Amino acid sequence: MTETHYQGKLHHLQKELMSEYYAALTASANGSGVPAAYLLIGGNPVELLRAFDILPVFPEVNALQLAVRKQSLPFIQSAEFMGYSSDNCAYVKADIGMYFGGRETPFATIPEPSLLLCNYVGCNVYLDWFGHLAEFTGKPAFQLDIPFIRSASGKPSKEDIAYVLRQLHHLIGRCEEITGRKLDEERLREAVRLSSLTGDLWSKIKHLTKRTPAPYDAYFDSVTMMAPLYCLRGTPQGLEFFETAYAELLAKAEAGIGPLEKERFRYVIEGPPPWPHLRAFRDMFSRWDAVAVASTYSTVGGLWEFGFTHDPDHPLESIARHLLEWNLTNRNFLQRYEQIERYLEEWNANALVIHSVKSCRLFSAGQGDMREYFTKRGVPTLLVESDLEDPRYFSEAQMRNRIDAFFESIAHRPTREGASV
Amino acid sequence: MKYAAGIDVGSTQTKCIIIDENKQIVARALTDTGANITRAGERGYEAVLAAGGIAREDVLCVVGTGYGRFKVSFGDLQITEITCHAKGASMLFPETSTVIDMGGQDAKGISVQNGEVVDFVMNDKCAAGTGRFLSTAAETLGLSLDEIGAISLQARNPVRLSTVCTVFVESDIMSYVAQGKKTEDILGGIHSAIAARTIALVRRVGLKPSYTFTGGVSLNVGMVKMLEEKLGAPLNVSPDSHYMGAIGAAVFALEHAMSAAAAS
Repeated sequence: MTETHYQGKLHHLQKELMSEYYAALTASANGSGVPAAYLLIGGNPVELLRAFDILPVFPEVNALQLAVRKQSLPFIQSAEFMGYSSDNCAYVKADIGMYFGGRETPFATIPEPSLLLCNYVGCNVYLDWFGHLAEFTGKPAFQLDIPFIRSASGKPSKEDIAYVLRQLHHLIGRCEEITGRKLDEERLREAVRLSSLTGDLWSKIKHLTKRTPAPYDAYFDSVTMMAPLYCLRGTPQGLEFFETAYAELLAKAEAGIGPLEKERFRYVIEGPPPWPHLRAFRDMFSRWDAVAVASTYSTVGGLWEFGFTHDPDHPLESIARHLLEWNLTNRNFLQRYEQIERYLEEWNANALVIHSVKSCRLFSAGQGDMREYFTKRGVPTLLVESDLEDPRYFSEAQMRNRIDAFFESIAHRPTREGASV
Repeated sequence: MKYAAGIDVGSTQTKCIIIDENKQIVARALTDTGANITRAGERGYEAVLAAGGIAREDVLCVVGTGYGRFKVSFGDLQITEITCHAKGASMLFPETSTVIDMGGQDAKGISVQNGEVVDFVMNDKCAAGTGRFLSTAAETLGLSLDEIGAISLQARNPVRLSTVCTVFVESDIMSYVAQGKKTEDILGGIHSAIAARTIALVRRVGLKPSYTFTGGVSLNVGMVKMLEEKLGAPLNVSPDSHYMGAIGAAVFALEHAMSAAAAS
């Protein structure tokens, strides 16, 4: 294995800023008086909450943090004991188990919500998750109904945008009730302006991996940047983090430094990581000198690298567009194919790896067809399966065998036109 | 004479092969893997050296394969059994385009071109279609694994299984026994169900003749016939098909040794 163990400024700053964020959550849980809203990653409209000084809490981020720390299983089992099915989304089970375990985690005490903002409707399990939380907490749920992209152009219709805007106005009313104050439009514009600058930097960071060698791993290192992207976006701290990250990664790119001593394979990866086994999973690729140059998972919360930017002059409309059009989860399958195609071509990748999630049939359904689609186009494609949260679904020997065999097979042949390994 | 060795430490059995410089198999050894995988590789290697009357120092290179490949501590290289099966199959049957491998716990389909893997597919966390399924069925019927294939060939009215689950097949078999169904018809049904499931798996990499059948189950004449019937094409099967992973590993070992010698 030739992986370097680089811990730059951005890692330290990430730890520092996320610690501050978690300290704010704990303070809220302990009665600081700052209200908290639970919301979902997919196209998260965090800017609106900023305008009201409502703390965003992402149960998905909390669940994955538990998994990375190998703390998720007892919570999952506790939810299963309550009656949640073994097939149910493990994020949901870890979160529900944690909620009834007193909301204590190794990184924060999670506050009770003042609002349950279900901002993604593509997953019926998520709808029920927030429904259950509303029942358990006795707190109000607000359902944003975000229509899927249905047009061939991949664009939302005017009516879709108007429909979401109307709901955002209702949401503003709800936030006004919770906080007891009217929307400060200037503050909203400022949050959107900060998001716009942050998104632009994130996009530039994404484009850096077009270089050879890629200055960072667009899967395993991107996840370090995703927590600040969601939890801190729309704040000066969030912007500071991405300014630091861009400067540092640009310097690495200019110096020709990558996460591996040698870059042999460049691949695109689809699907969330197996969080409970992140290190072991990463090592399976590093030992082949394989680096992810693009990942679809890092676009779940927002797809910035293809031109989207928040617009401070039209704050609500840009939030609506973010929710509707510019995040992976709300996109249709053909758009998902197109996104991967662009990564393969523009980021000059040799192969596609799909990590399918056992306890999320919604996101994983169709990935068998996706594998076939790309295989038929001459892209070596590997489909592996485990889980994003439940450690029991990960078989290290089986996973390693498939990954080893995959790289053994592509080591011997040219892959795509103009891109041999 | 110099030699090269391939050691396939599988979930159930360890297969070892030694080939000479002309890629001719000169020794083979089959041992149970057991719980101590590190020991399994060493024991197998000792057995194959003894079988061939070959001294360790005459073996230029050793390649480990199979699930226990990283435990072949004395090996020079580790290569997955997927790549090794493709290599071995192509050595014995150069026209091979598709490898169907049925081992103790794995069922695989490998699409092959010029001895290299183009694509592969494996069973995932399910023993249906593997040797383990057949051994469970044999045990339930009080038969040995070696005899069920031949008995299944006598089936006239094969039963239709309601499951291909290795756990639940026992109750399925017992219900047919209770109904008085003939053993050969039950076994015919079992072989048919597993062959159909395996072909459905292999279909995902494309069903392209010529087919080479490898792994321990390839010794089962009933399964060979059933697969041939369902595929409508003959299978390449060798008495050494069980050793295919080890053969491929030995070929890689020889190639590695030769390229190292050429480089120096």
